[in-house]
Amino acid sequence: MELVLAAAIGILAASGVWLLLRPRTFQVIIGLTLISYAVNLFIFSIGGLRTGADPVLHGGDIAQYADPLPQALVLTAIVIGFATTALFLVVLLASRGLTGNDHVDGEDGTP
Amino acid sequence: MSGHLVIVPILLPLLVAALQLLVGEKRRRAVLALSVGSGVVLVLAAAALMQAVAGDGTLAAVYRIGDWPARFGIVLVADRLSALMVLLTCVLGLAVLPYALGRWQHRGGHFQPLLQFLLMGLNGAFLTGDLFNLFVFFEVLLAASYGLALHGSGARRVSAGLHYIAVNLAASMLFLLGVSLIFGVTGTLNMAALAELIPHVPERTRALLHAGAAILGVAFLIKTAMWPLGFWLPRTYAASAPAVAAMFALMTKVGIYVLLRLSLLLFGDGAGPASAHFGSDWMLWGGVATVVAGTVGILGARDLAKLAGYNVVISSGTLLGAIGLQQPAVTTGALAYLVISTLAIAAFFLVAGLLASDGDDETDDTLVLEPYEQPGESSASEGLYAAEDESLVVISAPIAMLGVGFSLGALLLAGLPPLSGFLAKFALLAPMLEAGTVGAAVLFTLIIVAGFCTVIAMCRAGIQIFWVDSDRLFPNVRLVDIGSVALLLGLCLLLTVFVEGPLGYLRDTAGQIHHAANYIQAVLP
Repeated sequence: MELVLAAAIGILAASGVWLLLRPRTFQVIIGLTLISYAVNLFIFSIGGLRTGADPVLHGGDIAQYADPLPQALVLTAIVIGFATTALFLVVLLASRGLTGNDHVDGEDGTP
Repeated sequence: MSGHLVIVPILLPLLVAALQLLVGEKRRRAVLALSVGSGVVLVLAAAALMQAVAGDGTLAAVYRIGDWPARFGIVLVADRLSALMVLLTCVLGLAVLPYALGRWQHRGGHFQPLLQFLLMGLNGAFLTGDLFNLFVFFEVLLAASYGLALHGSGARRVSAGLHYIAVNLAASMLFLLGVSLIFGVTGTLNMAALAELIPHVPERTRALLHAGAAILGVAFLIKTAMWPLGFWLPRTYAASAPAVAAMFALMTKVGIYVLLRLSLLLFGDGAGPASAHFGSDWMLWGGVATVVAGTVGILGARDLAKLAGYNVVISSGTLLGAIGLQQPAVTTGALAYLVISTLAIAAFFLVAGLLASDGDDETDDTLVLEPYEQPGESSASEGLYAAEDESLVVISAPIAMLGVGFSLGALLLAGLPPLSGFLAKFALLAPMLEAGTVGAAVLFTLIIVAGFCTVIAMCRAGIQIFWVDSDRLFPNVRLVDIGSVALLLGLCLLLTVFVEGPLGYLRDTAGQIHHAANYIQAVLP
């Protein structure tokens, strides 16, 4: 399971970085979204990977719980990431409207 | 009541911003009254907070949110350094108000609420004692800053804002990665608990902890615009509205504050042989490279707003290098330099904005300077070397005021005597001489060179703006516009006269933050 999750995070992050460095605003925003998926999965995984572990609801062995704190952190990170991505989308559209193309610098050499 | 003082700088702007949104843009007077009221109360609260923590033997005022104990809940910690930064934020927030009232707030929606949200985020970032909470406040201040950077719209602003937002979103991801790595190794995000745990981290996970701290550090270095992570800064600052740029002068200092706080708290002398002073060499040499980049930039800057932007870069580099040296005496000088350079750069952005606007309405243009050329070739040099015009030149009041503002700002930024800029720079440079390391010597030399180049660039800009082009149409400067500049520069002048008290406070501050035990003891008694 560790290998699959690590590979998933790695591939998401690598694709995200590649897209982030592309010249089109749409590619940049998809790249940022992929990176934020990778980061969210990463935060989720730092509590340790366990299948079938209980949430902190019942009494019992404290070592067997799923760590609730990374789950809380990842929720916050998802909400904030979603909001800032939405904001970026608006700026992207404004830039498209003002400059007439979707290059990150507002001009792509071709008239 | 005094126990709740710590949370006032965060809650008040939040409430005021929410109220302003409810009141609506149309009722300008109500919105203005709320802003001014909030600004004044914030400055008073910040001063009271500073007073409360400045006493002898007081470690810090700790506020437990929800009254959860520090290890489990989030705490706000106001020690001397936090109180200083909060006061600086509130003063700057109040000082840009007159300028914003006069010119900029009507160019787009919701200027005042965004400014309040920015103040909330800044104060929260300075006060929080929890790494993840720091991330949340960073996002609050960044979200507000995105709105403010785009304030007034226009193609140039939106294009610069696009870069700014993309860079900061990527930096936020690094922030999260660093925080989660640190949490994975230590199991806590409370800064004091972290500082307590780091000496006892097992050797096999220490590399992971260092990797996490380094990734976190890169996120802050992007905000402080360290070379080569800072190319976004001059363009964004130059493109944003002057009142906003003045506020942004403080934004790079948030990164500086966090680096100073975390490097001394988590990786100070008490962190054990394996972790002590982790990353300080990177900050020192990164700072050196940043000063060089800023100096080259300031000499090449073609307009006044970019000139101010590169001053921000030089100031960041100087502070980074000073933090990298990790000595209490240098830190004292660095804090003095931080305060003075923030106020002076903010004033300079406002002056640049006033000079660039023509007539009583605003334009998007910034003032473009002539390129350097051989004497006798350009119109600028003809103006310089031409015979004096015999006709009587009348210097109007706005030009005189702006000229005085410009030259005071230039003196402060270049660090020339007799103003407080010189005193701060002297307090920073003198202990470097005694440090006797190669890094200190290089940084010392470069700061002097950077100051010299600032003088050259400022002289050139001043000559072209005020002396050569006498036909240039100067704006109708209203009293409120110059009010902001006068307030900021007046503060710097006051600090020149009454330098001893503040410097003593800064000395105690440096002493306090260089002993991580103080902070740990205050938060985890």
